Amino acid sequence: MSGFFKSSIGRKVAMALSAFFLMFFLIIHLAVNITSLFSVELFNQLSHFMGTNPLIQLALQPVLIFGVVFHFVMGFVLEIKNKKARQISYAKNNGAANSTWISRNMIYSGLVILAFLVLHFIDFWFPEMKVKYIEGDMTGMIAGTQEFRYFDELQHKFLEPWRVGAYVLAFVFLALHLLHGFTSAFQSMGSTAGRKKALQNFGKIYAYAIPLGFIVIAVWHHFNHL
Amino acid sequence: MNLTLKIWRQKDSNTKGQMVDYKVTDISEHMSFLEMMDVLNEQLVNSGEEPVAFDHDCREGICGMCSMYINGEAHGPDRGITTCQLHMRMFKDGDTITIEPWRAKAFPVIKDLVVDRTAFERIQQAGGYISVNTSGNTQDANAIPISKHAADEAMDAAACIGCGACVATCKNSSAMLFVGAKVSQYALLPQGQIEAADRVRNMVEQMDAEGFGNCTNTGACEVECPKGISLDTIARMNRELMKANLK
Repeated sequence: MSGFFKSSIGRKVAMALSAFFLMFFLIIHLAVNITSLFSVELFNQLSHFMGTNPLIQLALQPVLIFGVVFHFVMGFVLEIKNKKARQISYAKNNGAANSTWISRNMIYSGLVILAFLVLHFIDFWFPEMKVKYIEGDMTGMIAGTQEFRYFDELQHKFLEPWRVGAYVLAFVFLALHLLHGFTSAFQSMGSTAGRKKALQNFGKIYAYAIPLGFIVIAVWHHFNHL
Repeated sequence: MNLTLKIWRQKDSNTKGQMVDYKVTDISEHMSFLEMMDVLNEQLVNSGEEPVAFDHDCREGICGMCSMYINGEAHGPDRGITTCQLHMRMFKDGDTITIEPWRAKAFPVIKDLVVDRTAFERIQQAGGYISVNTSGNTQDANAIPISKHAADEAMDAAACIGCGACVATCKNSSAMLFVGAKVSQYALLPQGQIEAADRVRNMVEQMDAEGFGNCTNTGACEVECPKGISLDTIARMNRELMKANLK
């Protein structure tokens, strides 16, 4: 089986498996975040649960980080290998005649998402890790109060217009990435389901709905901070 | 019609090539693209120049030899055809046409527009066959029950002529449509089952060894394939390889 993942097809399958995992994670992430639009309390409680539950923190979080890193690293490895497979470029190439721009430029939409993730980690993940595991404060409370800090931190981050703009731009590229990636993952897994109209339509709804949900959250908190 | 041609000229595999401009005049719109190339070559021979080398054989879309990248597309701006089936009516008087060889590390240029596609032969040799006992007691293939659906799909996959347009058009120079078709045509039939696991493993291993790129499911190969080989064949090859490795 180890030989399988060294083959070109095995690597495609590995990319698809990590993509399915990340696409599932996006649903969970959005489901939690969207509660911030209508219930401060629910958002705080869910955030505290996700941030302190040992199963999520110690088992699922490392798997998620591995999934993200693996997807990016393998994406770059395959891109480099693919570039090497054509050493002399065409003087004239009409790629638009037979494929979508999105499908031909997954590496660029992926790079924008990677750049966003760096910003996102600096904004939320690193400070969270510092508070919990370096300073040892697992209470999730604003210092000296009995109030959860999560909602306040979220709103504080989206005060600055440049950050909201950066997030919105990144989510647009996430939509582009998903528009090809969703059905492509099925094809790589050996399924023709991604070629059927029903799943293609579902893929489109997913690819638009998930990023749009995150955009609404970022913009909402920018204009509606308490 | 009068045309300007920008053609890749390369003396041999060890020499650096370049695009060279030529003019051709009085080209009939009823000519095939290869006939237009014949006119150019006659012109070049008459003026003492080296004619442009290009692959061609049957000139009726069956052999898969003609292999030009025309105006940025494999086999030019038409669908479901090879270059010999491309008519000059697809172009306009005064057009400039860019003609290049297939570009892939696994398809090195031999001369001008001729590339070495023996990588495909080596992939076939690695597993694109069934072992049949020909000692005289071979079972009549018609006596083996095969569903109409499977027979149709196998025949569709077997329509691949190994021209290499899939590799040429793929942004990754991937050969997966070709290998997918060859794996599929046997995987769908009872005769192909015995060697199925070894076949897909060996063919994919050879494909990777030849230096072809990795499929990213853009679907360009399916659009440019002169025989309409479906992307479903790639999905089937992926399934077959997974199945072979789970055994």
